Amino acid sequence: MSDQLEKIAGITDAEDPTPGDVTIDNYTINFGPQHPAAHGVLRLVMELDGELIERIDPHVGLLHRGTEKLIEYKTYTQAIPYFDRLDYCSPMCMEHTFVLAIEKLLDLEVPMRAQYIRVMCAELTRIMNHMLNLGSHIMDVGAMTPNLWLFEIREDTMNFYERISGARMHANYFRVGGVHQDVPLKLLTDLAEWLDTRLPRLFEDAISLVADNRIFKQRNVDIAVVSREDALKWGFSGPMIRAAGIPWDLRKSQPYDVYDRMDFEVPVGTRGDCYDRFMVRVEEVRQSARIIKQCIAEMPEGPTMTTDRKVGPPKRAEMKRSMEALIHHFKLFTEGYHVPAGDVYVATESPKGEFGVYLVSDGSNKPYRCKIRPTAFSHLQAMDFMSKGHMLADTTAILGAMDIVFGECDR
Amino acid sequence: MRAPAPAFAPNDGVIDAATAALGGKLRSPVEAVGEVALHVERDSLVETMVALRDTPGLEYQQLMEIAGVDYPDRGVERFEVVYCLLSVTRNHRLRVHVQTDDVHPVPSVTGLWPVAGWLEREVYDMFGVLFDGNPDLRRILTDYGFRGHPFRKDFPLTGYLEMRYSEAAKRVVYEPVSLAQDFRTFDFLSPWEGAEYVLPGDEKAPPAPGALPEAKGAPTPLKADTIQKADAAQTPQKGTVHPGSGYGVSTDSTRDTGAGKDQPGNQPQEKPRDPDVVTSKGEGQNQ
Repeated sequence: MSDQLEKIAGITDAEDPTPGDVTIDNYTINFGPQHPAAHGVLRLVMELDGELIERIDPHVGLLHRGTEKLIEYKTYTQAIPYFDRLDYCSPMCMEHTFVLAIEKLLDLEVPMRAQYIRVMCAELTRIMNHMLNLGSHIMDVGAMTPNLWLFEIREDTMNFYERISGARMHANYFRVGGVHQDVPLKLLTDLAEWLDTRLPRLFEDAISLVADNRIFKQRNVDIAVVSREDALKWGFSGPMIRAAGIPWDLRKSQPYDVYDRMDFEVPVGTRGDCYDRFMVRVEEVRQSARIIKQCIAEMPEGPTMTTDRKVGPPKRAEMKRSMEALIHHFKLFTEGYHVPAGDVYVATESPKGEFGVYLVSDGSNKPYRCKIRPTAFSHLQAMDFMSKGHMLADTTAILGAMDIVFGECDR
Repeated sequence: MRAPAPAFAPNDGVIDAATAALGGKLRSPVEAVGEVALHVERDSLVETMVALRDTPGLEYQQLMEIAGVDYPDRGVERFEVVYCLLSVTRNHRLRVHVQTDDVHPVPSVTGLWPVAGWLEREVYDMFGVLFDGNPDLRRILTDYGFRGHPFRKDFPLTGYLEMRYSEAAKRVVYEPVSLAQDFRTFDFLSPWEGAEYVLPGDEKAPPAPGALPEAKGAPTPLKADTIQKADAAQTPQKGTVHPGSGYGVSTDSTRDTGAGKDQPGNQPQEKPRDPDVVTSKGEGQNQ
């Protein structure tokens, strides 16, 4: 009945097309939140025109745990373990930013050996992170073997982690004023030997399978090209901005700890595509190995924790003999230390890019506000314009080359 | 600066350059802890940002972060929105602060930096700060259908709702938060250094009706002689207590009390005779 009325009135609609007129609607699909290539709990609402991507709306926050609010209810030292759980693929680099921010507010001097150990651990973490990312990126575009080999290396780095901090992942090793404990001497020799023998052999083998591989290049070269202007506008950092051709590395330009004493190169991409991002990370692994070797060679003897007893706890042996030390220990582990009022934004070069902490202190023993700047947030936001016009299957390559971990993105 | 924090270009001249470029829009430039923070008026935010990005000598090309902070003590304009800018050519960082409340929107900077889209969404989600001009101001981190703004200081850490999978309903259900144990906050301040509360388990006995509330650490108002045992009426007392004399004064003589003797009260003749005990010759049980 209504169709006949519409026919009389001359109305046509999508449900009732005139003969010969074909209407095609865009197809909307869900990618994730349970997808092996989503690298966690990412939901992408994709609008497809056939197999071409028209629009991507990433839905994040499925792993939101309110870390920033939880930190407001903890003393500064108690907040450090939360940082391990942000980017759980590179835990120590997260801690690094936080302790540097507190030290900046306290204006605290850190012993040289502790600074070397921190840089060494941060670079070991970079290798650890890149092993996971490179491997999963390779696997996302279809190759299996390199991932298994790279996981061998990652397993080694986790073993080193365990020997340094006692935990394979959630280290909780960095402290305000230094590191928790000195590293074992045998670890330094083992680490140096590993860097000379096992790492290059396994790593170069694995990369040689893909770096010049025709299929791998077909999946990555000229996919999601990002210009320098776009990289700046979209707040890119880390390997993403370097792959776009901007030689920007916070370790070089804004050195913290002893990075100013390290001799290393900053790899830069030329085309700004997924392949460049991949190769930038590959070269960063080699440079990280170089930095660790320098750290091991140059590391001075000395304390690994500040001797300022208002911040750094005394040694157990000292507590047995000194009443003062006992009181300091008690006060530090109940009340903690008070950080002078003020606010700072401190950012470091985490393996994924600029990881920042905007820390507001009100002079008490707990942070008033601790805003965490995740790297993934700005990178993932660019997903929409980067994948526009690409094929559905390229999504995994783009996502893999972004290096996103949702513990950090969602906080 | 002794701390090993990231060292960017020195702040010399940045405030002057910013003041020259911004003119009257700049409310107060602050340099503290080695960082420069510019406090600007909300309405002139976009012009400020354009000037900071495009003026030669300032050149803050990148917006790295937008952080919301809640200061309920500041009254109506309790929210502060902090923009962290980075200049990759000058290798310098700068912060821009604006204040707002939950009604008046902050102008969006998505036109300058598209990255601001999600960053503003996050501040909106967490604090309820509105952004005028953001094309897609939806919630981002919280659950679908979440109500409230969790990072406000008056939002409880536990939240209001908890979620679980209900086997009966065969779906996820939301229920009001029920805590098996009271939520505990520790401030770790010393109780004897000005904490304003009484720790649980540390309460004194409730004061007598009509008594003044006592200050913390004040001496107990009762004197020893005014403390009466609960069954004081039944038990006859040896000594007489003179009220008001300050101390209980005994009228017993030394013969009654045994004072001056070796082990008073332990002499055999002073012990009460026990009818059940038959004393032997030597008047001792073992002889």
